[in-house]
Amino acid sequence: MTRMEKKKLISGLLFISPWILGFLIFSVYPVLSSLYYSFCDYSVLSPAVWVGPENYHTLFNDEVFWKSISNTVFFAAFAIPMGMVLSLSLAILLNCKVPFRGAFRTIFFLPSLVPMVCLAVLWQWMLNGDLGLINNAIRPLLNTVNENFGTQLTAPNWLQEAAYAKWGLIFTGLWGVGHAVVIYLAGLQGVPQHLYESAEIDGAGFWVKTRHITLPIISPVIYFNTIMGLIGTFQVFAVPYVMTGGGDGPERSLLFMATYLYQNAFDYWNMGYACAIGIVMFVIILTLTYIATKLSERHVYYEGK
Amino acid sequence: MKHGLKQKISTFSVLVILVLAGICFIAPFAWMISTSLKPLQETMSIPPRWLPSKFQWNNYREAIEAMGYFWRYTANTVYLCFLTVTGTVMSSALAAYGFSRIEWKGRDKVFLVLLATMMIPFPVTMVPVYSLFKNLHWIGSFKPLWVPSFFAGAFNVFLLRQFFLTLPHDISESARIDGCNEFQIFYKIILPLAKPALLCVALFQFMATWNDFMGPLIYLNDQKDFTLALGLQSFQSQQGGTPWHYLMAASTLIVLPVLVLFFFTQKSFIQGIATTGGKG
Repeated sequence: MTRMEKKKLISGLLFISPWILGFLIFSVYPVLSSLYYSFCDYSVLSPAVWVGPENYHTLFNDEVFWKSISNTVFFAAFAIPMGMVLSLSLAILLNCKVPFRGAFRTIFFLPSLVPMVCLAVLWQWMLNGDLGLINNAIRPLLNTVNENFGTQLTAPNWLQEAAYAKWGLIFTGLWGVGHAVVIYLAGLQGVPQHLYESAEIDGAGFWVKTRHITLPIISPVIYFNTIMGLIGTFQVFAVPYVMTGGGDGPERSLLFMATYLYQNAFDYWNMGYACAIGIVMFVIILTLTYIATKLSERHVYYEGK
Repeated sequence: MKHGLKQKISTFSVLVILVLAGICFIAPFAWMISTSLKPLQETMSIPPRWLPSKFQWNNYREAIEAMGYFWRYTANTVYLCFLTVTGTVMSSALAAYGFSRIEWKGRDKVFLVLLATMMIPFPVTMVPVYSLFKNLHWIGSFKPLWVPSFFAGAFNVFLLRQFFLTLPHDISESARIDGCNEFQIFYKIILPLAKPALLCVALFQFMATWNDFMGPLIYLNDQKDFTLALGLQSFQSQQGGTPWHYLMAASTLIVLPVLVLFFFTQKSFIQGIATTGGKG
């Protein structure tokens, strides 16, 4: 290494030193000690005692934990694809040459600015069984169906019924999809116009252009949004926590992995057990990200490759 | 001629879909504000009325009183926003400079490590970080909520680095020839040029602190220390969710500053979000 290189290395490291410290204190240390604590009996109030894989053993036989995993997977399995279809469709529509595009973009984006607690309180009210806006809107529809087909459909009491509570949460999440719309729209604006023009000469319609030009070119953005969606939905906590008044919903239908981790850590002071849940969550996120990356290598198109 | 007509019809149908979707996205806001201005019995009318018979502006005053420490919550939140924005902008700008404007051995590998840390879920680090702050006797104080922001969060470093990379290399080179040291180049040349990106990071951090719920929930014990988000949640859980007119008034008050800020800074905001996806 020359003197010049050494000098550059030192000044480079000095500039990034706030991040290095933060990385060590808030990433490396907590992840490693979380791993360690997950093998301990630990309550914060007294020192951790090594108990081996006991926490994991209890965890895998804990019905409540499995409930939290299945709730989280259910939520992710519907919220991510539905959010993707909605945000991508809105972005493609916004990318057409229509008047007031800027205004529409702002309207779709605004809900994603609403703080989580406000979002939860507002949608608790929106989804209120008797008085909420959602049921007031669907009741006339259901009545029409009932009259014509002799059915007995009634509007669900969303957050108070185990079968519907997660759907209420998914709809709440869809309202905040505007963030992804903005990211997709930026990707769409980078699609070269001449591709569309030459496709049109060949007689390609809207669907063909979308399927064979738009989607392949913005596939890196779809991949990015999916990974972010995975990481986000697996940590879901604030909205269901507030919606249930700090609980986990009817028949634990709104108990998610992060909720159960929080309950163990700060309601029961069972920190070792909480860490084990955290490690499992981390492993699931890493595995799914790995799978998504492997899949994307086959389907994602990167310019210049 | 025929082609033009077809074009008009498709533009019109796109517009119709956008208007319908727009109504769906606006409706919850309208419902929130409408409820916040109704007398209690009108929140319970079926079918609901969009316009209150008489606008109850008093709901806002009464909601603030019912929340107890509303102005304390506001002051706490503003205080935390100020500290976290300062910390984030300073530390991420420094780190982003080191990751973009100086070429040192192994830089891009270290940057990959930085990107990888974005995948660590917050709940995983929560317990050890809590016990760390507990040992420092910081639980119940504001410190756990602002001190970490002085250690350059990965997302903000990434955003600023993308911007710094777009600045031409020559400007640093000529400053070096003029005898500026690295810190002077950073402070006197790069930072002034990066104002739009710094504003963007400041805005994101402001929103994040204003919205944060889990941090205050874990670290704050005394009601007087609560932030607006935590204060609203505690108000809601005390009320058990019947006085919807007050809850909606309080929510409106907490959402409003964010929306106002967005309207004034829309351009750099949208640009910042677009950058995160585009070059990821």
